[in-house]
Amino acid sequence: MADTAAHSSPSGAGHSHAGHGPGDGATKRDFLKMVAGAGALVGAGAIAWPLIDSMNPSQDVLALSSVEVNLAPIPEGSGITILWQGKPIFVRHRTAAEIKAAEDVKLGELIDPQTDADRVKPGHAQWIVLIGICTHLGCIPLGNKPTDPRGEWGGWFCPCHGSQYDTSGRVRHGPAPLNLYLPPYAFENDTKIKIG
Amino acid sequence: MVGLHKSEFKNPVINWIDTRMPVFTMMQKEYGSFPTPKNFNYFWNFGALAMVNLVLMIATGVFLAMNYAPNSAIAFDSVEHIMRDVNWGWLIRYAHMNGASMFFIVVYVHLFRGLYYGSYKTPRELLWMLGVVILLLMMATAFMGYVLPWGQMSYWGATVITNLFSAIPLVGKSIVTWLWGGFAVGNPTLNRFFSLHYLLPFVIVGVVFLHVVALHITGSNNPLGIEVKSPQDTIPFHPYYTIKDSVGICVFFIVLAALVFFAPNFFASPDNYIPANPLQTPAEIVPEWYFLPFYAILRSVPNKLGGVVMMFGAIAVLFVLPWLDTSPVRSARFRPIYRQLFWLLVVSVFALGAVGAHRPQGIWVVIGRLATLYYFLHFLVILPILGKLERPLPLPESISRPVLGGGPMPGGSTAKPMEKA
Ligand code: HEM
Ligand code: FES
Repeated sequence: MADTAAHSSPSGAGHSHAGHGPGDGATKRDFLKMVAGAGALVGAGAIAWPLIDSMNPSQDVLALSSVEVNLAPIPEGSGITILWQGKPIFVRHRTAAEIKAAEDVKLGELIDPQTDADRVKPGHAQWIVLIGICTHLGCIPLGNKPTDPRGEWGGWFCPCHGSQYDTSGRVRHGPAPLNLYLPPYAFENDTKIKIG
Repeated sequence: MVGLHKSEFKNPVINWIDTRMPVFTMMQKEYGSFPTPKNFNYFWNFGALAMVNLVLMIATGVFLAMNYAPNSAIAFDSVEHIMRDVNWGWLIRYAHMNGASMFFIVVYVHLFRGLYYGSYKTPRELLWMLGVVILLLMMATAFMGYVLPWGQMSYWGATVITNLFSAIPLVGKSIVTWLWGGFAVGNPTLNRFFSLHYLLPFVIVGVVFLHVVALHITGSNNPLGIEVKSPQDTIPFHPYYTIKDSVGICVFFIVLAALVFFAPNFFASPDNYIPANPLQTPAEIVPEWYFLPFYAILRSVPNKLGGVVMMFGAIAVLFVLPWLDTSPVRSARFRPIYRQLFWLLVVSVFALGAVGAHRPQGIWVVIGRLATLYYFLHFLVILPILGKLERPLPLPESISRPVLGGGPMPGGSTAKPMEKA
């Protein structure tokens, strides 16, 4: 007890007090220092968080806007790009040959295996709706227009680092590691979808 | 340490201030009489040039910011407004734009100077590491600055580079959304980049200060890479090196002026004079020239995470270089094998630069992979082993010896270095 009293002497001289050997181990003061330090850290974190979080998307950006797309004007074999949440969305009208090519692939051949059926809405296999952002580093792949370069698999070709996607939007040639993402959407009727 | 300073300045005003706050004594000590090796060559100009360049960037930047509008709707037009309507706006912008390129030229020469003469070796490890920190800050600053004019390259460069962070497992996507402040590069991104582009140069000023503090503790290295042994090996910084640096500064401004007045868009991409279009990626995205070698490393690795790791690794190896190079001899002049491998490194970095500027196809992929391989082999394998195998040439006894015409002498020579009054 005498030792503890020496440690908490306000003059601070307790530190150099004779008899305070290195073998003393943890003291009440060490404990208080740690608690105070941890408290300060939590406080600093609490102050930092609003600053850090202020950089996340703001409420107006988050407000999930949705867009409706009229499919009627899109000719078979070509696609359009529309903007949803600041992101390009591809809506492509696939030909019978393109659908067949997408369905016939063996899953084992794919970099990011997924069946074509999992990527379209049942009964609407002629429509593929994708987020048009290359999963490598975010460029917009080419291929919506029939005159665009579409790569070896007839889907999309990314001009930035040469990734290629098939007619289902699945990656077939790197460096992109993943298939093109699918946005949430639903068919309102046969010629109209709602994205978001 | 309380008490007035005993100032030796004669001017009563300076003396009065110096007594209370001895900054004049400090300047005199650090930049006036500061003992500096007497054998510097012109490569020792580049530190001072970098400092001048930093001041130039801040000065032109502050005036650009008076007319620039960091809003994605009008940013592009505001830069064109600077170019066409603001008095001397074209000059200020072209000086800032080409100043950024000059800054990287100067700093890369400064850095390779350090590699050649072994300036990173003990006791200058911390000095070197602070330099690498400055390089990283410069890269971040220049990258964000390039986004500000909001042209096609600004937009897509920002998209590709911020997307690098999506390679981080698990949290990558959230980090990218956080960096953007949205789901794509957009107005919030532009705003924060402007804020940080204004802030970071002042952080650089702070780290440069620490860099110089560390330098003035260890003293400068020199072309022979041997320690200063006696006062005869040194001369005062002023007037000898203030004058020598001034020569370099004149050349620097001549080159800058040649660029600004005769080829202001020499380093620029024409695509950046097209306003940003989030729906169309340009046929080819090429970063600013000073990032090309790193971009080439990124693309040489066919795996996304791997490419990103290697790209940042290319700078990380510089950070630990003082511990990778095991040779105690600093200057490449006395390391016959290292001297050749140094040039091989230079060649591979230039090759990477060329690869970064071309589509990753055919021969460029092969060159890119070979150069990437050599870059990492050089630092991670060759330097640790070479220090043990290489037989260095005999070192001169002192700096004075070869400067005064003696050349390296066999040990045990009885001749004394020439005495100076
Ligand atoms: C380390 C120092 C700096 C570097 C390397 C740097 C680099 C750059 C670069 C590469 C650009 C793009 C030029 C273009 O293509 O148009 C830029 C633009 C800009 N910078 Fe800086 N900068 C630095 C310091 C500053 C400072 C201190 C400020 C403000 C106080 C500033 C304000 C601006 C503004 C307003 C622009 C947009 C106008 C324009 O694009 O020309 N910069 N900067
Ligand atoms: S961003 Fe598409 S291949 Fe790199």
